[in-house]
Amino acid sequence: MKFTKYLFLSLAVTFTFSLFSQDNGTIPSADVKKLDGTTFNTSDIDNKGKPIIINFWATWCSPCKRELNNIAEMYDEWVEDTGVKLVAISIDDTRNMAKVAPYVNGKGWEYDVYIDPNGDFKRALGVNNVPHTFLVDGNGKIVWQHNSYSEGDEYELIELVEKLNAGEKIN
Amino acid sequence: MKFFKVIFLLSLLPLIATNKIQAQSAIDKVLNKGEIRGNFQIEAQYYVEDSITGAQEVPEDLRSNAFLNLIYTNGDFSAGIRYESYLNALLGYPEGYNNNTGIAYRFASFTQDKLSVTIGNFYEQFGNGLVLRTYEERGLGYDNALDGIRVKYKVAKGLTFTGLIGKQRIFFELSEGIVRGFNAELDLNSAFESLKESKTRVLLGASVVSKFQPDQDSRFNLPENVATVGGRINIHRGKFSVDAEYAYKANDPSTDNGFIYKNGEALFLQTAYSQKGFGLVLSAKRNDNMSFRSDRSEGLQNLLINYLPALTKQHTYNLLATLYPYAVQLNGEVAFQADLIYKFKKGTILGGKYGMDIQINYATANNIDTTILNDETGSRLGYESDYFKIGEVYFKDFNATLTKKFSSKTKGRFTYANLVYNQDIIEGKPGAATVFSNVGIADITYKFNRKSSIRTEAQFLITDQDQGDWATFLLEYSYAPHWFVAVIDQYNFGNDDSEKQIHYLNGSVGYNDKGTRIALNVGRQRAGIFCVGGVCRVVPASTGAYLSVTSSF
Repeated sequence: MKFTKYLFLSLAVTFTFSLFSQDNGTIPSADVKKLDGTTFNTSDIDNKGKPIIINFWATWCSPCKRELNNIAEMYDEWVEDTGVKLVAISIDDTRNMAKVAPYVNGKGWEYDVYIDPNGDFKRALGVNNVPHTFLVDGNGKIVWQHNSYSEGDEYELIELVEKLNAGEKIN
Repeated sequence: MKFFKVIFLLSLLPLIATNKIQAQSAIDKVLNKGEIRGNFQIEAQYYVEDSITGAQEVPEDLRSNAFLNLIYTNGDFSAGIRYESYLNALLGYPEGYNNNTGIAYRFASFTQDKLSVTIGNFYEQFGNGLVLRTYEERGLGYDNALDGIRVKYKVAKGLTFTGLIGKQRIFFELSEGIVRGFNAELDLNSAFESLKESKTRVLLGASVVSKFQPDQDSRFNLPENVATVGGRINIHRGKFSVDAEYAYKANDPSTDNGFIYKNGEALFLQTAYSQKGFGLVLSAKRNDNMSFRSDRSEGLQNLLINYLPALTKQHTYNLLATLYPYAVQLNGEVAFQADLIYKFKKGTILGGKYGMDIQINYATANNIDTTILNDETGSRLGYESDYFKIGEVYFKDFNATLTKKFSSKTKGRFTYANLVYNQDIIEGKPGAATVFSNVGIADITYKFNRKSSIRTEAQFLITDQDQGDWATFLLEYSYAPHWFVAVIDQYNFGNDDSEKQIHYLNGSVGYNDKGTRIALNVGRQRAGIFCVGGVCRVVPASTGAYLSVTSSF
């Protein structure tokens, strides 16, 4: 129990102080898989000073696929207009992992896609359910997040990206 | 313990620092690097007795599950806790959680150069998980986290070793058994300079996992240590990939296998090909006597050390997902799956103005072939199995989905599925007839404008067995980015017993703002994966009102 007590106390105290000193946080470090099976550390996610969208999805999640397919139709324009990059993190496990690359290629997605088969990155970012979207500014700070998807959410997302590019504050 | 005292004292430093201005800037530097993240969820359900559906009275009337995760990260150090509360657990959740609250998960970890150490609770997966996978599925109440120590070491470029020891979580307690594991992973292309530029990428892996549990059995002389070993290879070249894993388990008499002394084994093969507009995956799997738990007397989903994936499509449409979904048979199964996706380009006859996608999936699962040995009083090997023969059908699923955009405002998704479901085996209902069913689903989305849209689903499941025919209708209106309302009705119109031709009507409303989501459901619900308003989660059957608040920060 001592273990828990000290850990809890230290966290509680640190938490209180972090609230005052904290920005919105950066992309945490976790090992995920590239589509070729090799390991990639999420702290290496980068878009050369431009905004990044991190989207958690799964091949078995219909709203997730609707969202990413809807964005895919406009993605070329988004990239051209804003320089944004979308990083799609699949939380599919062994059961469906092999379907990720064929799905991504089959749909012709041009996102950076990684697989988080045991939820390490998902946990590090405090994601409960998919789809869950994060917006990261050019300095690597997470400035916005959104859980779930409704048709049309993508327009709010790109507006926020444009705001970031214009140097406006989000929130 | 010293380690934690140090963390504790360090975290108190800011208190002192407020009085000592010189120290402030140094501490600010440390603190400014520190980040807290986490998430919170509370679900509460008010139950009412429902004589029509048979939903039982719940003595507490109201039940609730909740958790809060806090993860603190500062450079290469991180620590976290999860507080969980089940007062009492929602219906359908494992009863072991009932009447419990407390810190069920806590860890601290640091990375220094090539070394990474985690103490406390952790989730880990070796390869595909055939020998070891600890993970959590909060929506299902599944959590087999290890509590112990894990060390990862990058021995050389491309070569990583992982060693771990611990006890597994079962609700708010730990297993009696101890789990020890070692895993080696080699990325040939990173390890050898000459292969760096090669178009073929090869990953190799090997694992050993062993469990210890004392033998207190008066009937048998049980092995106290049981080991599994596994090896795997993953080859990737351009559009092709091949993935193979084999695992072997020494004899492990258990409740699952009826205390036989046969060895266990599992083989998992997958190959995929994909290019723009086309993807194909072929998979095969055979597992024989491969349930591996840190307590030989446990059942259900408790204390499983390894993970045997189901090789069937994970459906999300209400009727397909909730009525006859397949569950892996740990004692033995042979399964095959083919999954194809093809995109008809824009401007072609079938593609039309916007293009059209087709996805076809075929999956089968059968028992392994077995010849019973009748050797209960002798060697107790139980049975023999011919590797290349298959036994009784457990499950078959042929399904095809067409996705088509008709105009800038209208989109449709049409699904057909043919299912064969061995209810006797999958649900453990001896003598229950195998269910043969045909399923048709139309899913149409209409966008009024950029913010508001409506989605409807009409689903039919036609069968002569079990509860007969079903239909589901869904109407969902969303106003992006904050609001949605939905009404869903599942109707068992084909039940032979006219009193059981029940409508499961459920209404929901939800609000999303940034990382927070609030949803209220009222009505009847069947068990299964429930996807409404943009999120999928697993819910048990009930009648009443359900409120959930989820927040990530």
